[in-house]
This record gives sequence, C-alpha cells and structure tokens, in this order.
Amino acid sequence: MLSLTHFLVLGAIMFSIAMAGIFINRKNVLILLMCVELMLLAVNINFIAFSHYLGDSAGQVFVFFILTVAAAEAAIGLAILVVLFRNKRTINVEELDSLKG
Amino acid sequence: MNFVTPDFMPAMPEIFLLTIVCAILIIDLFLKDESRGATYMLSLIALAATAILSFTGYSQETVTTFNDSFILDPMASILKVAICVVVMGVFIYAKDYLIDRNIYKGEYFILGLFGVMGMMVMVSAGNFLTVYLGLELLSLSMYAMIAMQRDSAIASEAAMKYFILGAIASGMLLYGMSMVYGVTGSLDLANLNKAVSTADRIVMSFGLVFIILGIAFKLGAVPFHMWMPDVYQGSPTSVTLYISSAPKIAAFAMMYRLLVDGLTDMHADWQMILIILSVLSMALGNIIAIAQTNLKRMFAYSTIAHVGFIVMGVLTGTQAGYGASMFYAIVYAIMSVGGFGMIALLSRAGFEADNIDDFKGLNQKSPWFAFIMMAILFSMAGVPPFLGFWAKISVLQEAVNSGLVWLAIVGVVTSVIGAFYYLRVVKVIYFDKPMDNTPIKASMDIRMALSINGVAILALGLYPTALIALCINTFS
Repeated sequence: MLSLTHFLVLGAIMFSIAMAGIFINRKNVLILLMCVELMLLAVNINFIAFSHYLGDSAGQVFVFFILTVAAAEAAIGLAILVVLFRNKRTINVEELDSLKG
Repeated sequence: MNFVTPDFMPAMPEIFLLTIVCAILIIDLFLKDESRGATYMLSLIALAATAILSFTGYSQETVTTFNDSFILDPMASILKVAICVVVMGVFIYAKDYLIDRNIYKGEYFILGLFGVMGMMVMVSAGNFLTVYLGLELLSLSMYAMIAMQRDSAIASEAAMKYFILGAIASGMLLYGMSMVYGVTGSLDLANLNKAVSTADRIVMSFGLVFIILGIAFKLGAVPFHMWMPDVYQGSPTSVTLYISSAPKIAAFAMMYRLLVDGLTDMHADWQMILIILSVLSMALGNIIAIAQTNLKRMFAYSTIAHVGFIVMGVLTGTQAGYGASMFYAIVYAIMSVGGFGMIALLSRAGFEADNIDDFKGLNQKSPWFAFIMMAILFSMAGVPPFLGFWAKISVLQEAVNSGLVWLAIVGVVTSVIGAFYYLRVVKVIYFDKPMDNTPIKASMDIRMALSINGVAILALGLYPTALIALCINTFS
C-alpha cells in the first residue's frame, strides 16, 4: 500500500532533480526549460497527494491552474528562446554573458 | 452544494480593467501605425478610470468575496491607486523612447495593462491560488515585454535570464505552498492562520523557507538578487521603467499577504530569515553600486538596498512597521519611475543615456531637469527634506521601537555609504562639462509628467504627514 510519504518522497526527488539540472547544466537553455517544467510537475504530485489524503479537493483545483500556467509559461519561454537564437546564433548557457559588471 | 453568486462589487476595478484591456486589444488590431497614439491614450484613460474606481471603493472595513479568495481592505485600495498612478507615469515616459526605437506597438501597453491586473490581483489575494495567479500574470507579461525589442541581443538575453530565474522562484514558492497546504489542509490565508498553531512545526518551517525564497526573489533581496542588475541593464529603458517600479509595490503586498495575513503565528521564524535578507540587501546593494558606471545597473543595486528597507519594516511584525514599509514601497516606486524616466528623457534615437557620463553637464543643457534629477537622487539617498528621507526615517523608527536597534544602525551606516554614489551623479550633473551639446528633445507630456514627479518628491517631502498617516492608519 502506498502511503502519503511515498508520494512526497517522489515529489521531493523530482524537485531535486530539477534543481540539480538547472544548476549543473552549463550547455543548453532547452534543458533549463525542461527542468522548470519538471519542477512544476513535482509540485503537482505534492498537491494531488495531499489533496487525496486530506480528502480536500482544493489541492486538485490548484493543480489544474498550475498546469494551465505552466503551458503558458512554456509558450513564452520557447518564444524567448527563438528570439535569443536569432540574435546570438547560440543557446549555450555559457555564452549568455554579455551582461555583467 | 448550492452555488451562491459571489459579490462582484469589491472586485469592480479588476473586472473593469479586464474588460477594457480586452477592448483595447481588439481596437489596437484595427489601428494603423501612425494612429498608435489612440492605444496610448486609451491605456492612460483605462488606468485613470481604474484608479478612480479603486479610490471610490475605499472603505475602512475589510470585505472578502469569491469564497474569501479576494480581499478588499484599505491597504489594497491604496496600493491599487498607487500602482495605477505609477504605471501611468511609466507609459508617459516610455512613449518617446518607444517611438525612437521603433517598438511603439500596442503590445507594450496591453502587456503593461495585463501586468497591472496581475499586480491588483496580488494586492487583493486572500488565497494561495490568487497569489500565484496574480504573480504569474505579472511575471509572464514582464518576460514578454523585455523580449519585445526583437533585434537586441542584450534584451533577449535579459529576458531569458529573467524567465529562467523567475520560473525557478515560482516553482520554489509553489513547493512551499504545497507543504503548507499539506499540514494545514487549507489554501485560504485566513484559515491558515487558525491552523498554524496545531500544525506540525517542522514541515511548516520547511514550507515557510520555500515561500520566503519565492518572495525574496520577486522583491530582489540578497542573495536572490542576481537577476536584477542584468535585467535592468539589458531591458529597453521603457521596460526597465515598468519592472523597477510598480511590481515592487505588488511584491510588498504579496509579502504582507503571505507572511502577515497567512502566517502571523510564525512571526518568530520568519523574522530571523527576513533580518538576514534585510542586512545583506542593504550592505551588498549599497557597496556594489559604488563600482557601477552604468546608471541602470547602479539603480538596480540601489533598488536592492531599498528592498532591504522594505523588508526591515515588515520584519518588525508591528502594525506601524507594516505601515512604514508600505509607505517606503510607494515612495520607492515614485522615485524609481522618476530616475528611469530621466534616462528615457535623455535617450534619443540611436543613443542610450544609460552611462553616468551621459549626465555630464546636464545643468548647462537644462537647469530644470538637472534640478529634478537632483531631487530624485537626493530623495533616494535619504537627504531631508525630500520624500525618501521620511520613508527611511519611518522604517528606522519602527525598527528601533521594536527593539532592533542594531538593525537600524546597519540601515543608517549603509545609507551613508550609499549616499556617495548618488552624490557622485549629482556632482557630474552640476560640475562637469557636457560631452556634447545636443539639446534635450522631448514632447510636452513627458516634460510635464517628469516635472510633476520631481515636484511631488519635493512637495510631499515638505508636507509628508498626510501620506504617512494614510499608510499607518491602514493597518490600525
């Protein structure tokens, strides 16, 4: 039988993978976008698990909103990525260094 | 379960704004480029009307609607008026800049107005869901606004950085919210407060840390400030104007809603974290700003220092402290919009006046605007009798009143360090020779608005009691 803890651990692992992916990855902006999505999915698992074990549907409603916003966010992120690639001809994270001081 | 029609009246300004933005969006589609001024005028009218609606909805009582997910209290009304007025200033200052850069498009105004709506929802949020949705509406609009200058490499780089870091912050905030939801069983900020005392302390603290992380990022407090200098410098000045001013008011409101409305009982826990954020922000912001030669970057670091003060007011945990913090947030937005407005004023087609050297000899070109820039800089430095002085002193006073004398001393010392880089710009304006003799070319509305902005900083500084009393009274 799966308990609440199992789901929370799964959520925490997914969240950590996403964080690690963002900080370790030095090559590709696309991977950063994927990690951001993974992070939101980890939060969704948390919300659904809590909502199920608390017997309260508000958490599941929240998940629908997060999914919708995540879709909008992905659309804007990819659009910015396209603009970035047009201007700089690269999506390498290490080459995004023209702003500093 | 019966469906009860919610009371729409408290949310009237938001509903009005949403309707009119959709109308402007459609009208804008049918406009030719040369009649883009209509979109600009309509946006200003929409903001003015929203400000009036928010003002007329002001009442001393707290009204909630939509199953308590929407709160209308005095703070919400005042902050909404402030947000609308500040964004009107932003649009006026940005107009000439946008025309010169060939990005005078309807999208700037429409995204700006949607951002205003996001801020208004954040200010009135009574539920985790409304906090999150308001925040995302604001953030997504800002990402798109920065990337609007499509042919600029630094603008798209700034947009990408802001997008990634903003998305991480939202993820952190949500993770914290899910933890708090798990232990309290409620998304409602009011219910949360009741449930805190019985909830598991360790999981609550865990969630609280993630929530504060999200808030600190949105405010730009150290150590989550890395995005600010890059984004401020990389964005077109028209957009820097926007992201540097009104969203800070909304971020203050978000901090208040989550920490005070939602988690007052954990005051001892979040006070410690906020003290660290506040001290680091004031110290790091003021010290690194000294080394900057780019004015937009310098203002970004100065913003970080100001955020330290806003956080200091909230962490006192007293009614008067929240009032002082709210006053500071409004004053900061007025000063910031003026400062970036001056950069937009001096810029022209093919030339960005974003280096400190570009302000050399401003006094010889235009004594009046040199005076206004001086008023803004003195106000930011906290020199009496300008407005910023009163903001600083009211926050410091509350810190002392709640026994955090050492924190107030840190605030004063870092402000004195900070005064150096503001005064350096004033020196450049008055005592250096101009680099070129190009006269300032600007239309009437931007000149008028900047003059009003500068005079307001001086006049409100001479007669500050009304505004301070208004802010303090909202919380008592």
